[in-house]
Amino acid sequence: MAQIFHRSFNFISRLSLFALVFLGVLALAGMLVLARSPYLTNQRVTRDQPVQFSHKHHVGDDGIDCRYCHTSVETSAYAGIPPTKTCMNCHSVLFSNVGYLEPVRESYRTNQSIEWVKVHRLADYVYFNHSIHINKGIGCSSCHGTVNEMPLVFQASPLTMEWCLDCHRNPEKNLRPKDQIFNMDWKATGNQEEEGKRLAAEYKLRTKAELTSCSTCHR
Amino acid sequence: MDAMNDQPSEKELRILQSTNLNAGERGHEHQEHASDERAEDTAMREHRLELATVREKLKNKTGKQYWRTLEELAEDPHFEELLHREFPKHASEWEETVERRDFLKLMGASLALAGMTGCGRPDERHIVPYVKQPDGMVLGKPSYYATAMPFGADAVGVLVESHEGRPTKIEGNPDHPSSLGATNVFAQASILGLYDPDRSQTVQFTGEIRTWSAFLDFAQLQATNVKATNGAGFRILTGTVCSPTLIAQIRKLLALYPEAKWYQWEPAGGDGAREGAKLAFGRNINTVYEVGKANVIVSLDADFLASGPGHISNARQFYRRRKLDGPNDTMNRLYVVEPMPSVTGSSADHRLPLRSTDVELFARALAAKLGIGSAAPLSGEATKWLEAVAKDLQKERGTSLIIAGEHQSAAVHALAHAMNAALGNTGKTLYYSEPVEADGPGHLESMRALCGEMDRGKVDLLLILGGNPVYDAPHDFDFASKLKKVNASIHLSPYFDETSAYCQWHVAESHYLETWSDARAHDGTASIIQPLISPLYYTHSAHDLVAAFGDKPGEPAYDAVRAYWTEAAAHLESPMDTGWRKWLNDGVIPGTKFPAITPELKFNPANLPALKPAPADQIEFLFRPDPTVYDGRFANNGWLQELPKPVTKLTWDNAALVSPKLAQKMDLAHKVAARGGEHGQILSAVVDIALNGSKVTAAAWTLPGLAENTVVLPLGYGRKLAGFTGTNKGFNAYVVRTSNALWSASEGKMTPTGDTYPLACTQYHFHMEGRQILSTGTLAEYKKNPGFAHEGAEAPAKDDSLYKEFAYPGYAWGMAIDLTKCNGCNACVVACQSENNIPVVGKDQVMRGREMHWVRVDRYYTHADSETRDPSSYDPSLDNPETFFQPVPCMQCENAPCEQVCPVGATVHSAEGLNDMVYNRCVGTRYCSNNCPYKVRRFNFLRFQDWDTPQLKLMRNPEVSIRSRGVMEKCTYCVQRINNTRIEAEKQNRPIRDGEIVTACESACPSEAIVFGNANDPASRVARLKAQQRNYSVLGEVNSRPRTTYLAAVRNANSDLEKA
Repeated sequence: MAQIFHRSFNFISRLSLFALVFLGVLALAGMLVLARSPYLTNQRVTRDQPVQFSHKHHVGDDGIDCRYCHTSVETSAYAGIPPTKTCMNCHSVLFSNVGYLEPVRESYRTNQSIEWVKVHRLADYVYFNHSIHINKGIGCSSCHGTVNEMPLVFQASPLTMEWCLDCHRNPEKNLRPKDQIFNMDWKATGNQEEEGKRLAAEYKLRTKAELTSCSTCHR
Repeated sequence: MDAMNDQPSEKELRILQSTNLNAGERGHEHQEHASDERAEDTAMREHRLELATVREKLKNKTGKQYWRTLEELAEDPHFEELLHREFPKHASEWEETVERRDFLKLMGASLALAGMTGCGRPDERHIVPYVKQPDGMVLGKPSYYATAMPFGADAVGVLVESHEGRPTKIEGNPDHPSSLGATNVFAQASILGLYDPDRSQTVQFTGEIRTWSAFLDFAQLQATNVKATNGAGFRILTGTVCSPTLIAQIRKLLALYPEAKWYQWEPAGGDGAREGAKLAFGRNINTVYEVGKANVIVSLDADFLASGPGHISNARQFYRRRKLDGPNDTMNRLYVVEPMPSVTGSSADHRLPLRSTDVELFARALAAKLGIGSAAPLSGEATKWLEAVAKDLQKERGTSLIIAGEHQSAAVHALAHAMNAALGNTGKTLYYSEPVEADGPGHLESMRALCGEMDRGKVDLLLILGGNPVYDAPHDFDFASKLKKVNASIHLSPYFDETSAYCQWHVAESHYLETWSDARAHDGTASIIQPLISPLYYTHSAHDLVAAFGDKPGEPAYDAVRAYWTEAAAHLESPMDTGWRKWLNDGVIPGTKFPAITPELKFNPANLPALKPAPADQIEFLFRPDPTVYDGRFANNGWLQELPKPVTKLTWDNAALVSPKLAQKMDLAHKVAARGGEHGQILSAVVDIALNGSKVTAAAWTLPGLAENTVVLPLGYGRKLAGFTGTNKGFNAYVVRTSNALWSASEGKMTPTGDTYPLACTQYHFHMEGRQILSTGTLAEYKKNPGFAHEGAEAPAKDDSLYKEFAYPGYAWGMAIDLTKCNGCNACVVACQSENNIPVVGKDQVMRGREMHWVRVDRYYTHADSETRDPSSYDPSLDNPETFFQPVPCMQCENAPCEQVCPVGATVHSAEGLNDMVYNRCVGTRYCSNNCPYKVRRFNFLRFQDWDTPQLKLMRNPEVSIRSRGVMEKCTYCVQRINNTRIEAEKQNRPIRDGEIVTACESACPSEAIVFGNANDPASRVARLKAQQRNYSVLGEVNSRPRTTYLAAVRNANSDLEKA
């Protein structure tokens, strides 16, 4: 009786076995890549806002300090989204009739809040605190990127746990002098490694074991 | 002994019978083996406890032993088998209606889709900032406001944590005399009371919704009618009022309508103190105890450490005198004579159980010993006791204190006043002041008069400000039917309850966190009650309601309070305009404490009517407020319902508490039953209690330490209109409570019905297998051998471990719990529940052993050497055991057994020694809980947390994750508080100061038993406590090296009483 399978099937079967393993690995790798991709992390995604507020204009062109609006960034876990009143401090005089700013004036008139769309979103079980990062020499741009160049603000970093831990394990590379915290254009110089070590000692940074304990961020 | 020999055969018979029954019923003869096993198991699960066995076993015991349940004491083999199984037989069987096949299908589908829930892009969310942000508000940082929670003739000063305008947590106010920084269970649970979705939300007229302005119109119309008759048909009924503004408002109303009358009724606040003061001094006078100044305290049925005015401050002062730094320190001594084991009695140095009426006999005898009047001699144990107590009191003239209980008669109170005067204590360990609450006739007389007037049709308009008289008035007054004869009735209450159903108008009452008001503390110090949040619903306060009938209808409570204090400020140190903001900030108004007065004692003990001791075999029925739902007002509070009652450890029910001897006589022993996966359901015998012409059916609960022939009927249950949580729980003891026997009744009958009723008791869970986990001794023993806590325990060497040791260069968080100071009041349990968003699981789940409290308070009984005992008559081990309490949070072991077994790394060691619990990693294998020697881990078997009710979302602490189904959780020493404090300290570039981090349990504890801090800092409070010789680790021999350690309980026993 003739063989049911032709000899070439040996090769095909070996190939399919290999392909099975290969495809499996590929699928796994694909999932890992997908999880880190902007598709799921929302990195570099801009959002439609009720008022298309430009950080580029206010920070880059006008030179307004971050803390004029984000008032509690040095003292609280939240940096704080400014109340309508903060906008109206200037815009009751400047561009006070521009139609583009009507939602702001309406909010002020009717005492109804402007509903901004959240750009940076952490999981509910992450307890991030702005103030301690600011006070320990991490500048705004280290995480938020060059906001002064963003007409519409987007999430510059992936905000994954891997990304957080990368710095918590080795914070020295991101430490800067306290007077540079709010400088959007600060760049690490060549001797950042030494400088970072010096600053870590000056700021009395906690040990890596302490910074990477689960309860540092999760509770 | 013959009876004892019969015992096993009887048991066998029962097993046999149930075997036959099971086999017959099921008719699976081919599965005979299986049904045999099942029957045996049923028998085991429902095995009866025989008290006679317990007594017999006790006879043969020597040495000190600790026990938690009667079954454990009896060394019942069935019970032990039940405990030794992690899962009882057939626990894995599918008992629900879903078929196994369907279950497998479902499981298959869930497995296939398991990963899918994690997929998908996060949805868009919004940020809604303020339009104008309030001054001083920092988003993300809680604010604290001082206010006070009024309760009876007292107010607890509190600081309320508020997150962006939502009150979330209650803390004590250290500046307030009734709090001194601590709180109690009621204050802690009041947060849930505020957000309770079952609260009444609007004004109603005969069940229909009305506006407040419609009510105001009605009120003014009525006011005109009432004015025409000078107020002849106008009656006001309130509870105890300690708000000076409300008192002034009502007085003003009474001045407006001179014929109107004000009555008061507080079902659980005794008239005894008031009537006693009238008997002793001729008028109502407030007694303020300065417990901290007394060396010897005698309590005559007074639970002064856990209930009544000033109890939090009493506990704080009392336990400050029990601070032991070393064997040379001294302690105060507490004697308690009481019928029912209370929190105070359970932590006394000596406790004598006496029937309620015998307490008065004892008081008279003690007074006679101190030279006041004469008394009949006492019998038995009490005589020896009397001698010892009298001797001790005589030694401590001016530094002793006698306190009479709220529910004792006027005579006992008068005798206590006379004894304190005779001992020279007045002005030293106690002082007198003007009464805190509004003066008036006794509450019982008040209620009697009101019911009489209603019955005669003399009441046209009845204003009921709070309270629930239809439910809780003496049953013979038949308040409900008399209320029908009133033309117009208005009821102000937080819930639409039994009384609201009988009134025409119901006005929803604001919570104390929603309204302006004021209240006086037990020593007269006044506080302004300020609202933390504007009313959640269309609710109003008593101030609004009283104003509606006066000449200023619609006057806001704020104006009324301001008006009162503008006038009152004239007599104060600080005038209104500068003082107001400071009063609000501090939570107290300086200079309002009532000055001490020295009333003349007009009491002649010879005038007391002769007291005949009740026949020894007569059963005495006592009515007592429930320790968690009180008089019924907290029935709908899930936290309080699920809170194990301090001594009985029952949840969700009340039960007729029966003394062991009586239970034995009536054959009321209860059965331990297992259900589902764990142990926690007790099938109790059901009894009919016929009393005062009515009948009530109740589950009976044998309570060691209860006076002989005494049955306690806790009030506050059996509500019909309490809300979703509180309706139809337990039995209503008010039904058999009549005006002639408010606190104790003797003409009653108790008959077992033969039925059983399942009770959820937490003391049957988490059994510790008889290892030495509690260490206790007397002061004399401690002085002789300061290291007694370590005897018998072998501590392994530090490096005696397979695992690498952690280094803790920075902070090493630790906790020390002083068992000398813990009285089991449970404030820590509710505080933890509130701080850590711990869900309520319900009675059914508690019966499966699934309650979620992160810290539990274990109750232990102990009995001394038995050689000299004669169990046939009076057995101190069962009829009066010594009681100890031990709070058990997570131990945060340095060699944590839980960490080694987690397959997904969901519980890991932090650099500061905490056993971190990472909820989002947990897959629910429960290996950690299985491997935990302390049984402190809690598993979310179901989604216990309510995610949908909007009010409850407001209540939660935003600093703590909300856990879902299938996740393990446990105490982490309030890591959110640690982190937030550390961040603040690091921002200031300094180490965390000792005492800067206060865990929720530590902060609530009235007796300062719990101390948390950095064990690495030798100067910290916790390190100094841990350095004491009394300090020991529970199960230290397993080398888990717990960070939570205990200080052995030391009691100041009187050597005259010690050797029986």
